[in-house]
Amino acid sequence: MARTAISGRLIWRAATLAEAHWETPTARTLVLDVPDWPGHLPGQHVDVRLTADDGYSAQRSYSIASSWPHPQNRVELTIQRLDDGEVSPYLTDTVEVGDQIELRGPVGGWFVWRETQTAPVLLLGGGSGVVPLMAMIRARATAGTKQPFRLIYSVRTPTDILYAEELRRRVRDDAGLDVHYVYTRKTPDDWSSPPKRIDVAALNTYGWPPDFAPDCFVCGPTTFVEAAADILVALGHDPRRIRTERFGGTS
Amino acid sequence: MGIISRGFGGRRRESVPGLPPGQYLTHDFPVLSAGPTPRVPLDRWRFTITTETGEKTSWNWSEFQALPAEDFTVDIHCVTKWSKLGTTWRGVSLDTLLGDVESSADYTMAHSFGGYTTNVPMEDLLDGKAWVVYKFEGEDLHPEHGGPARLLIPHLYFWKSAKWVTGLTLMPEDEPGFWEAAGYHMYGDPWREQRYQGD
Repeated sequence: MARTAISGRLIWRAATLAEAHWETPTARTLVLDVPDWPGHLPGQHVDVRLTADDGYSAQRSYSIASSWPHPQNRVELTIQRLDDGEVSPYLTDTVEVGDQIELRGPVGGWFVWRETQTAPVLLLGGGSGVVPLMAMIRARATAGTKQPFRLIYSVRTPTDILYAEELRRRVRDDAGLDVHYVYTRKTPDDWSSPPKRIDVAALNTYGWPPDFAPDCFVCGPTTFVEAAADILVALGHDPRRIRTERFGGTS
Repeated sequence: MGIISRGFGGRRRESVPGLPPGQYLTHDFPVLSAGPTPRVPLDRWRFTITTETGEKTSWNWSEFQALPAEDFTVDIHCVTKWSKLGTTWRGVSLDTLLGDVESSADYTMAHSFGGYTTNVPMEDLLDGKAWVVYKFEGEDLHPEHGGPARLLIPHLYFWKSAKWVTGLTLMPEDEPGFWEAAGYHMYGDPWREQRYQGD
């Protein structure tokens, strides 16, 4: 298996919220100034640490949404609020521009895409699992490379789509990028099929055939990743080309 | 103490004995793995220990099931920050598996179906500290949690507890496994918060 060495110690860095915007009613993108950020590959994540004034602290991991280099040398995270969470509601509802949090990273050398990989790419995202996949789409555009990219993005309803406007624009402007949505609870009014989960038909129709030997990246809740990766294997994709990132149980 | 994040109170948690620093409790059983979940047919399953001289000792599924098993309850700690306390397992102690193996190796590499590897010092496998388990909470271990059998080394971060384990290679020198080569800690003690290289 391919390996990436990350050398040196990962230190905690003070990150200052430079700007923030809502992607959906429950997901917010934080744009952070992180002095001396060493850069990252799309797909990597950071650990975030919050400390209360009595010294209590909590840590969670979040995928990085932005690519590097970044026009303002900033790092973007998109946080999905989990109502029973300890950390995510602070990041979506409380933290304000100018406030500081700590982060360290980048972490993870496996679930990454490199612009030097020439194979077509199949991105399968479930819910906020699209975040590291968006970093890959952005990195491809930043690098100006031409690998064909397809994103199949499973969401509950149209209002749950993260980066909806940007994806629309990129499908128009980034040659060789296609996006297909799978709606699990409610479709747009003009949609041709009822709500459904990701299935063989969707991957057959909107994915790449196994013969193209695409690099596959699957990210989302465990149930989504299990289902999607199983379908890819059943369709004949080489398991060694399927990289997964699962989340679940984190708050 | 880190920088204080204005307005962060945190959940006013009761302090939980058994919870290492930086961890939080979960009652789910989240899954972490790098690729698709392999389905390993029992008639093709083998567990093989290979010594530093190349000697092999191996068991097929029925031979493995015939080994003395232990039922035990332990806490598990994932590097992605969740911990789960009081999990019950059934499996074969590494003391049993390594008992008749002649070796002076200080390190081991666990190998899994699908190519995953992770390195563990020999002494962390012995003296009742590690098992190859095949039941979780009384049920056959589900493939997404590493079934039919996984390594279980509860005193180290959970990535050391290789899923779909197929064997151990005994080594005189330490070498990084899959996540270790990607920047994770070579040892992975949750009580010393050894998540990444340099921690």
